[in-house]
Amino acid sequence: MKIAALLLAVICVASSAQAADLTVRDAWARATAGQSKIGAAYLTLKNTGAAADRLLSATTPVAGSVELHTTIQDGDVMRMQKLDTIDLAPDASVEFKQSGLHIMLVDVAAPLKQGGSFPLTLTFASGEIVTVDVAVMGPGASGPTGSHQH
Amino acid sequence: MSPEAQRGLKRAGLILLIGGGFLAVALGIGWVQTQRSVQTAADTSPVPIGGPFTLMDENGQTVTDQTYRGKWLLVFFGFTHCPDVCPTALNDIALTLDQLGPLAASVQPLFVTVDPERDTPDIIKDYTDAFHPSIVGLTGTPEQIAEVAKTYRVYFKKVPQDDTYTMDHSGITYVMAPDGKFAAHFSPRTPIDAMASKLRSLINGKKS
Repeated sequence: MKIAALLLAVICVASSAQAADLTVRDAWARATAGQSKIGAAYLTLKNTGAAADRLLSATTPVAGSVELHTTIQDGDVMRMQKLDTIDLAPDASVEFKQSGLHIMLVDVAAPLKQGGSFPLTLTFASGEIVTVDVAVMGPGASGPTGSHQH
Repeated sequence: MSPEAQRGLKRAGLILLIGGGFLAVALGIGWVQTQRSVQTAADTSPVPIGGPFTLMDENGQTVTDQTYRGKWLLVFFGFTHCPDVCPTALNDIALTLDQLGPLAASVQPLFVTVDPERDTPDIIKDYTDAFHPSIVGLTGTPEQIAEVAKTYRVYFKKVPQDDTYTMDHSGITYVMAPDGKFAAHFSPRTPIDAMASKLRSLINGKKS
C-alpha cells in the first residue's frame, strides 16, 4: 500500500515537472455559426523551458478532425494555410489569434454553443501531452475580452 | 563567314541586346505602375468598383443592385466554411452597426459568398444571422458570383486541401453609397471605431 502511494507520488511529481515547461492559457473557441460544421479555437502557448519544442497536433472529441492553420494576408487577399507543426522557441510564447494562427475544427458533430466548453488535447514533440478546457464564446467573439452577442 | 558578315552579325546582336534592355525597362515601369494602380485603385481609380449584379438572397429571392438603392451598403465577400477571417469580418460589421446606433437603420450589410457550391440560401442565412440579424447573405450561380466578384474587382480562388477545399478571397469590405456608387473601403484590419466613424461621417454628410 505504502509502495503504491509512493509510486503514485513519484508519477505525479514526474508529470507536473514535465508540464512545468509548457503552459497553455486563454483557450477559447467561437460558437459554430448556423449550420456550420467548422470552428476555430485560439489559445496562447508558452514554453518556459530552455529547450525548443513543437506543437505536433491537436485533437478533440467534438470534431472529426483538427488542423493547425494560419491566415496569411497577401495584400488584401486572405489565404488560409495548413501547418504541419508549430515551433515553440525556448522561453517564448506563441499566440493563436484572429486573422493569424488558429486551430481549425473540422466536422464538428454537434453545434458549439456559447457558454459551453470542450476538451482539446495538444501533443508536443517533447512527448508532452496537455489537455485544456476550451471556453465557447459567441460566433463572432474576438477573444476572452470583446465578445459580441445578439 | 566574311569579317564583314561577322561584324554585321555582332552589330545586330548588340542592337537586339539594347532593344531587349529598353523593353525590359519599359515592362518594368509598366509593372510598377500597374502595382501602384492596384494599391490605390479602391480610392482614386476612375475604373468603377461595383455595378449591376443579379444574385439570390438568403430567402431564395432574386435580388439585384437596384434592390438596395437608398441604403448604404457594406459589401463583404466570403464563405461559410471560413473559420477565421469571415467570422472576424462579420463580427466587425456587427460591432460597427452597434456603434452607429440609429444610423445603422440606413446601412445594409451584404455577405456575398464566393463558394456558391456549398453556400445555399438556407446555409448562408443561418450563418449571417449568427452575427447580426441585419446582415443579408447572397449567393447565386457560379457565373453570377464570378460576375459580381469581377464587378467589385474581388479576387477569389478555390484551393484544394486534402479531400476538401478552402477559398482564398479578398478581405475588403466595400462601402457603397445609396446611389450605388463606391464610397469607401475597409481593409481586413481596419479598427471598428474607424469603420463606424467613417460611416457616420459619410451618412451625415449625405444628409446635410
